[in-house]
Amino acid sequence: MNSHLSPPGTTATPLGAREHARSMAGTVVEAMPTMPASSASDLPAGVGPASVVWDEVVAPGGYAAAALPRGARLRLTDVRGDACAGLLLHRADRPSERLNVADTVKVQWQAYLGPGSLLLSDMGRVLASIVQDTSARHDTFCGTSTRRANERRYGDGAPDGPCPNGRDHFGVALAKFGLTRRDIAPNVNLFKGAPVAADGTVAFDGDPVPGTWVELRCELPLLVTVVNVPHPVDPRPAYTVTSLRLTAWRDEPAGADDPVRTATPEATRAYLATEQEAAR
Amino acid sequence: MSKRSVVLDVEVRARAPWSHVVAAGQTLRIIDVGGNQAVDCIVHDAADTVERYSAPDTIAAQGNIYLVPGTTLLSNEGRPMMTVTGSAVARHDTIGGACSKESNALRYGFHTVAQHACVENFVHELGRHGMGKRDIQSNINWFMNVPVEPDGTLGIVDGISAPGLWVDVRAERDVLVVISNCPQINNPCNGFDPTPVRLVVTA
Repeated sequence: MNSHLSPPGTTATPLGAREHARSMAGTVVEAMPTMPASSASDLPAGVGPASVVWDEVVAPGGYAAAALPRGARLRLTDVRGDACAGLLLHRADRPSERLNVADTVKVQWQAYLGPGSLLLSDMGRVLASIVQDTSARHDTFCGTSTRRANERRYGDGAPDGPCPNGRDHFGVALAKFGLTRRDIAPNVNLFKGAPVAADGTVAFDGDPVPGTWVELRCELPLLVTVVNVPHPVDPRPAYTVTSLRLTAWRDEPAGADDPVRTATPEATRAYLATEQEAAR
Repeated sequence: MSKRSVVLDVEVRARAPWSHVVAAGQTLRIIDVGGNQAVDCIVHDAADTVERYSAPDTIAAQGNIYLVPGTTLLSNEGRPMMTVTGSAVARHDTIGGACSKESNALRYGFHTVAQHACVENFVHELGRHGMGKRDIQSNINWFMNVPVEPDGTLGIVDGISAPGLWVDVRAERDVLVVISNCPQINNPCNGFDPTPVRLVVTA
């Protein structure tokens, strides 16, 4: 940060270094958490500031993670139109249970996520439901990037370089919650689609659409991990990704008559299993 | 394969797990003895099991969801693990996942919980190699047919395999191959009648 370069000598002593460090207070950049989260602005309609538990703008090429309670809502906003939210979910209270993308598409007989979709665990339970979705352009098949893939595509893929990869970000993010690279399951991607043709070919659906958002409802206590990196089949030659905002607030899990739960027999059974688990 | 030497030739009974280290350069032939028998398969690097087969990396790299002759099975680090060198069946699945008691309960009803499932086989067999449930991430379903329709509707439908058809996969490094000979009886992936498969490793 060039703005914090100090004149020669001013950080030569501990007190000088302290003065220099403290002088940074109040700096505002685009990609940063709102502290405290309850001071966040531009909240969704009806959301009281006191209920907000997480508000953060994830940098292009960055990641973020947080544990959220059952019932919490998480809104992901594609602020400038080229966010790609690689999303992983683990049970916060038992992280061996996690998002299972194959079960998610198989149980719902549907490859494409949208309003009313469930994100299912490998234990037959609902981790989260999509309660609102103004994007409806998402991907369940392509996972995230690797260092090797980014080196091939962009010439660099290291976490410390200009084109960080999603997998290494997931590994570091999960490590901060005591997990390891063994816990990186296939993720979903929000805001970039990968439609499948009849012959199985995967296309890219990713023209920038600023301002769309997806709202998830946590149906169990969750560790939410998000990487904001270019989609693996994004054909653009430059590493192209823009900021992603995450805002979470306390709320209630799906009620007994919630449409996402009564829509299909599979969903009804998934919620039965989820509530039985939450109750014991 | 006629000039290659057979290093292993086994039959895996219906519903059972199996695992074996296939050395670099060796080819595993999986033979669908009875026809339309889904063979669930996961692949780990034998030396570093944190690196393992990844369906999303494989799909993204080849730009197609189906596994066909020529497909390179990539790891979660984007490196080649095995190559599909030939197949008597047009395509194989890698989006359908592995059946479990838990997903069966959602798909068919809680009455299926007592039935055996692929995840049971995987957890059991991985346990023999010091791994567990966390090490099941994405898998291949040899001989299984999962079309995706234009509106995204997908499902496990009647198979396109037949008795005696086969697939060959060559190891690009030493890999631990773990198989669940799928016990599913609630959908057509095994023709509602699980049967044995034959596995032949040649060098």
